[in-house]
Amino acid sequence: MMQFMLLFSRQGKLRLQKWYFAIYEREKKKIVRELVAIILARKPKMSSFLEWRDLKIVYKRYASLYFCCAVATQDNELLTLEIVHRYVELLDKYFGSVCELDIIFNFEKAYFILDEFLLGGELQETSKKDVLKAIEQADQLQEDNETATRNVLEEMGLT
Amino acid sequence: MPAVSKGDGMRGLAVFISDIRNCKSKEAEIKRINKELANIRSKFKGDKALDGYSKKKYVCKLLFIFLLGHDIDFGHMEAVNLLSSNKYTEKQIGYLFISVLVNSNSELIRLISNAIKNDLASRNPIFINLALHCIANVGSREMAEALAAEVPRLLIAADTMDSVKQSAALCLLRLYRTSPDVIPVGDWTSRVIHLLNDQHMGVVTAATSLITALAQKNPDEYKGSVSLAVSRLSRIVTSSYTDLQDYTYYFVPAPWLSVKLLRLLQCYPPPEDPAVRGRLSECLENILNKAQEPPKSKKVQHSNAKNAVLFEAINLIIHHDSEPNLLVRACNQLGQFLQHRETNLRYLALESMCLLASSEFSHEAVKKHQETVINALKTERDVSVRQRAVDLLYAMCDRSNAQEIVSEMLNYLETADYSIREEMVLKVAILAEKYAVDYTWYVDTILNLIRLAGDYVSEEVWYRVIQIVINREDVQGYAAKTVFEALQAPACHENMVKVGGYILGEFGNLIAGDPRSSPLVQFNLLHSKFHLCSVATRALLLSTYIKFINLFPEVKVTIQDVLRSDNQLRNADAELQQRAVEYLRLSTVASTDVLATVLEEMPPFPERESSILTKLKRKKGSVSVDVDDGRRTGSVELNGAATQDSLANKASAVSTPSPSASADLLGLGAPGIGILGHSEGPVGNVGTGGASLLVDVFSDMAAAAASSSPQIVGTPPEDNFMKFVCKNNGVLFENNLLQIGVKSEFRQNLGRVCLFYGNKTSVQFQAFTPSVSFSQELQSQLSVQTKPVEPTIDGGAQVQQLVNVECLLDFVESPMLNLQFRYGGAVQNLVMRLPVMLNKFFQVSEMSGQDFFARWKQLSSPQQEAQNIFKATQSMDEEVNKAKLLGFGMALLEGVDPNPENFVGAGIVQSKLVQVGCLLRLEPNAQAQMYRLTLRTSKEVVSKHLS
Repeated sequence: MMQFMLLFSRQGKLRLQKWYFAIYEREKKKIVRELVAIILARKPKMSSFLEWRDLKIVYKRYASLYFCCAVATQDNELLTLEIVHRYVELLDKYFGSVCELDIIFNFEKAYFILDEFLLGGELQETSKKDVLKAIEQADQLQEDNETATRNVLEEMGLT
Repeated sequence: MPAVSKGDGMRGLAVFISDIRNCKSKEAEIKRINKELANIRSKFKGDKALDGYSKKKYVCKLLFIFLLGHDIDFGHMEAVNLLSSNKYTEKQIGYLFISVLVNSNSELIRLISNAIKNDLASRNPIFINLALHCIANVGSREMAEALAAEVPRLLIAADTMDSVKQSAALCLLRLYRTSPDVIPVGDWTSRVIHLLNDQHMGVVTAATSLITALAQKNPDEYKGSVSLAVSRLSRIVTSSYTDLQDYTYYFVPAPWLSVKLLRLLQCYPPPEDPAVRGRLSECLENILNKAQEPPKSKKVQHSNAKNAVLFEAINLIIHHDSEPNLLVRACNQLGQFLQHRETNLRYLALESMCLLASSEFSHEAVKKHQETVINALKTERDVSVRQRAVDLLYAMCDRSNAQEIVSEMLNYLETADYSIREEMVLKVAILAEKYAVDYTWYVDTILNLIRLAGDYVSEEVWYRVIQIVINREDVQGYAAKTVFEALQAPACHENMVKVGGYILGEFGNLIAGDPRSSPLVQFNLLHSKFHLCSVATRALLLSTYIKFINLFPEVKVTIQDVLRSDNQLRNADAELQQRAVEYLRLSTVASTDVLATVLEEMPPFPERESSILTKLKRKKGSVSVDVDDGRRTGSVELNGAATQDSLANKASAVSTPSPSASADLLGLGAPGIGILGHSEGPVGNVGTGGASLLVDVFSDMAAAAASSSPQIVGTPPEDNFMKFVCKNNGVLFENNLLQIGVKSEFRQNLGRVCLFYGNKTSVQFQAFTPSVSFSQELQSQLSVQTKPVEPTIDGGAQVQQLVNVECLLDFVESPMLNLQFRYGGAVQNLVMRLPVMLNKFFQVSEMSGQDFFARWKQLSSPQQEAQNIFKATQSMDEEVNKAKLLGFGMALLEGVDPNPENFVGAGIVQSKLVQVGCLLRLEPNAQAQMYRLTLRTSKEVVSKHLS
């Protein structure tokens, strides 16, 4: 079972955090600080796995973002890597060539997609099509409600 | 350009986020956030009711602020309100806010449970899923209590949509982890198991996670899942990648589901049903075969997914541990990965091999890769991979390769990463102990550990080496020698000082014979490290010093000086100061025998699990350690038994030389013990023999009183030797056949002992042959001439025998009198001590009080003094004591001691070759009915003996 997932930038800025067990805020911050430091210090050729406390950390870097998962020691590390990859694929498909900014500005979407994919730390649906279908259905629901949907960022000239 | 065309654009939120991103400093960011918080607060408190969109926007901003790491103390109510909105996006944001923030706020759960209930009952599956996600995200006990009832039904209801089933399964799993009672029993169980047959792969995937968790706790109830899982797995493994459409991941059919099924099967032993078992074996072979096929894609995702299934299959093979063929194939496969260019694969191969090493079927196959693994230890650039290599070496270690593996690990330790040093040290220590055939190798290894990685040698490690050295007699001398040598290094680790201090304190005597490691050299060596050490180590060293005082009386003065110095006596640290004060006092006040008792060699430690192993387990929660131990119990016991044996030996060795006054009053029965200060006999026990003699003198007082009345005749025969300590004439021995009387006189170094053998029966004793024998040592100290006697003693008659004694040197033992005669048809044998003791050769020495104390002070070195404190055995009569002391042979010096109750005596031992002055002080304590007897003589041996 996945214990938590963290997305952070090369600068160590946390972009997304998902905790699958109850934990105090103070402790969360401590863990994030610790792991960000450990992972940023590692070199590219190193293995994607490391033992940390009584968990196993599986991480991978995509462009400027690090995806980092903590799983139980008996969990399958390679497949955890592919969970990360599938999540990236989902984000990519949804946002269309996803970048860090998408996740910053649409953090709530990133959470919604994650919830469709992983629930309670376990895989809910591995089919890319099915996950995206669920998200799109929800988007459809809201677009029916929204009258004016504009591309706000475009308007603001942000990249 | 971020695409936000999808979903709802919240312009205000985007502006706020970009503001935050533009902040140049943390202060600016906080300022901006505070401004926003004030704005939101005023909006929420404002008179104007906010519309759904604004509420959603502000709640979303609060969420963003919270996720940035700032505290949020309001907005919860607004989020709760959003839940009951009928607009999906508003509801969604409300749920997100709650699932992120609710962790710590159980008050909120009561407020939201109604809204969640409504959504669970909704006809819209998207709303139901939102509610299920929220329950799963929060997953608290309160949540389970309030809302769990509905979830199990949703999972198995025929009309539930697939996506809802998936969410329901995982939601239930999450609740089950906090509240196991949410799971229904009975019929429900089999319906859940049958989800493994569901058409929808997503449902099967989610259900498998739930079933695995349930099967772990209730294997019997969910036993039915095994055959279903096997057939499902079989269908996946044999399917072509095109069959499963979107569940195929980079040409690998349903890798996630395969792995989950393989994990479910790891909850159970190999299937009993031969058909199921055969099918499963086929699957596993199939997976192993596929690993050999050329890859269908160059993408890493393809090989990762394929190998993920392979590794999980290997885990199952190892778990079953029943098919040697599969185990060896798995091992060969992993062997290939050991040299793979992908670091991840090398890492995982090392990890899985660790488990294979613990199977008896594959242990040998794993050992073939020893060289590769050692190489990995040396060349891998990633510490986490090297760590795995260390683990594997540890797991594959056995008696045959222990020396090599331990030496490789020691080599690596020098350059090892700091992060893994401590664990490596533990592992080396465990291996060295477990597979030690020769304990000198063990000692060398541990000392090497301390030398190479002293900082990482935890307390447990050096405690353990000391335990083992103490329990294994055969290695003590070697250990003392080796630590002594190690301590000579100019810079040595504090842990080395600890081990060295402890071992020399216990066994320094074993190497003290060598002038290069004489007591003083040992002490100076240890003391040269003293000032560089921490308080704890210094405290330990102080204990070593007091042990030295006991082991080596010749360094007592030196050590007392050290203890007396202000550095110790007035040390700012209370513990050090206390030790210094107490040890100094102990060394001054206590007699040698008290010292020897207090500071006796440590008894063997009770055999128990190595504390290091416990520590490693604690540190790792390591599976490999446990498995490993399980497999090798045989060899562990082997070593354990060896230790037990030596313990038993040790125990008997210890019990022999610890004379107790009651068992053997003079210690004469055990040669070598009474010979105090001489080379033989454990130094730790020096003085104990003497102690008993001292007690004897006064227990004799009681006996003497009894002896004035007629002897009680009877068996067992009575040996009255002790009475002769303070008198010269009397009955030495009597039983119902024979009485032996003694008359003796001593002058200077000469003595004459007249023995009277009285036949108490009416029958003649025949072949009566008395002879005097004495130990080799005594031969040089005492010369004895015996006159021959008649070989027969008539009934009722008495014969006399004269024994002339010359004292050549001070001595400890008494000569033995052996009697042999025939009475009736039976041969009688009697052995007793001849009442010739050193004090018989005392010459009274009168001196003034001044003289006495001047001499008393002269004789102040510890080895010249012997002291005993003992309880009076009869009333403390002054006159009786005087008589005793006079009988002892000394001059009683009246009016010398300032305390009139004390007795003071002086005498010179006259022997042919030397004269030994001897001073005595007896301090009665009437209140406590105790005496304290202190003796000082110019010759160490004498004072010990006489005391």
